[in-house]
Amino acid sequence: MKNPVMVASGTFGYGPEYAELVDLSQLGALVVKGIAWEPTRGNENPRTAETASGLLNAIGLPNPGAEGFVREYMPFLRQHDVPVIVNIWGRTVEEYVRVAEYFEGIEGVAALEVNVSCPNIKEGSAVFGTDLDLFRRVLDAVRSATALTLIPKLAPNVAAIADFAKAAEASGADALSLINSVPALAVDVETRRPKLANVTGGLTGPAIHPLAVKLVWDAARAVRIPVIGIGGIATPEDALEFLIVGAHAVAVGTASFTEPRTAVRVVEGIDDYLQRHNMASVQALVGTFQCN
Amino acid sequence: MDCVTANVIHQEEVQGGYQVLFLDAPAIAPHVQPGQFVHVRVPHMEESVLRRPFSVYRADGPVLQILYKGVGKGTRTMTYLRPGDSLGLIGPLGRGWPRLTEGRFPILVAGGYGMAALYLLARSMPMQGIAFFGGKSAPDILCVNEFEALGWEVQISTQDGSRGTRGIVTHCIDAWWQAADLKGRQVEAYACGPNAMLQAVAERAMARDWVAWVSVDRNMGCGVGACLTCVLKTRTPDGGWRWQRSCKEGPVFECRDICWEDE
Repeated sequence: MKNPVMVASGTFGYGPEYAELVDLSQLGALVVKGIAWEPTRGNENPRTAETASGLLNAIGLPNPGAEGFVREYMPFLRQHDVPVIVNIWGRTVEEYVRVAEYFEGIEGVAALEVNVSCPNIKEGSAVFGTDLDLFRRVLDAVRSATALTLIPKLAPNVAAIADFAKAAEASGADALSLINSVPALAVDVETRRPKLANVTGGLTGPAIHPLAVKLVWDAARAVRIPVIGIGGIATPEDALEFLIVGAHAVAVGTASFTEPRTAVRVVEGIDDYLQRHNMASVQALVGTFQCN
Repeated sequence: MDCVTANVIHQEEVQGGYQVLFLDAPAIAPHVQPGQFVHVRVPHMEESVLRRPFSVYRADGPVLQILYKGVGKGTRTMTYLRPGDSLGLIGPLGRGWPRLTEGRFPILVAGGYGMAALYLLARSMPMQGIAFFGGKSAPDILCVNEFEALGWEVQISTQDGSRGTRGIVTHCIDAWWQAADLKGRQVEAYACGPNAMLQAVAERAMARDWVAWVSVDRNMGCGVGACLTCVLKTRTPDGGWRWQRSCKEGPVFECRDICWEDE
């Protein structure tokens, strides 16, 4: 990666959507929207609701399927000088394995982010992210299925994130990303109905940033593999917090909707910060948190 | 499509709380096609993570006009914008109105400020037809003079009868249709307004063999096709359905393509 700032899965489409507005070659990596083996339509409307400094969503992981994605989007992505990380998910362990095996042979895929934590899929994905035994099972299976770089994406709603981080490391994960969106609910008080068709959704945006910083700190102290900090980054300072508590990289999510070039601005802001503090590289900053 | 900071030239209230915002946007305004929209980052709303989409009312040289009413958090905040303020703008976005099919007679159907999405179309049309403007009350009928100045006949209806015919806009259309002599020409309709109005236009279009284009208004997230918030169900040739993004494949759809039973 030429810089530590990626764009997070589900917030940047598959690349072409933002290519007219953002120079993709300036991104550390592009994590595409979640891909399953079978094409998926996703949830009914409404799928999102704006909340205070946040966005509640239950999109339902619509995607063209692994083969559809490769056919429709990989030719475009291969033309751009940006590492492509494919976010994969399934409803069963077998589905995860199938999609992971498939991407092993696809040119231009730098890594797989394993989504075990999307709160909006009813038949299991969230359970993989919050049940330690299932979590181990799916990661062991995916690890056996591919030699690609594997990055499990952790759920925030667990009692001890360090346990999941350690389990992922023990399963042979190459890095970790966290956090996924936070399970949440918004109610329309006039109708007394949920604001989302899916009833509950996942909260993202600046509202969850401090929560994510705490979890990244906890996870980063528990493992030796690199951690990617995600959650509510809108400014360079937000990203720096993640790096300081131990993340080696970060991903910008919802803020790309607000300001498409947020990730590029974060890259520039981190560079300014490193210069101001006479640091030669991001590496010099990672994990320099002072708290005693 | 570009993402810029645009300066506010000025803002004026037209009537009844409807505002026109004039923006200096030389990188966007000259490229706007009728029916396209811009995605606005409203200043002083740091707690809002989403932009707000607006149809482009007018685009003249570098100047872009947005016509809106302060009804929600974002639009109420926008009413405070003054010359010298600036805001973030992405655009032009979406697929606008298709060209009039040769030999067809054009009608425009607008509910309230839906007319804002139709002005540039009316101005670019090779022939003028009839514009049907409907609203709850007289203050909801906007810019009639501007459309008449382009050579369009404007028929007005209000639900309370305070201006034009009393009733809803489709009643006006029905009355016109029964008496119309189009000399064998078919109608091509262009509609923007509340969903119930669009559906009523669609029902008439399907029954009368009109082509009818409707501009849908959906909750929107990114505006560029990435977040999949603004999807609607559309028909596929095999009798099934698929989601389409109102920000990307829309906001204009031919009425037969929309699964109205799911609206």
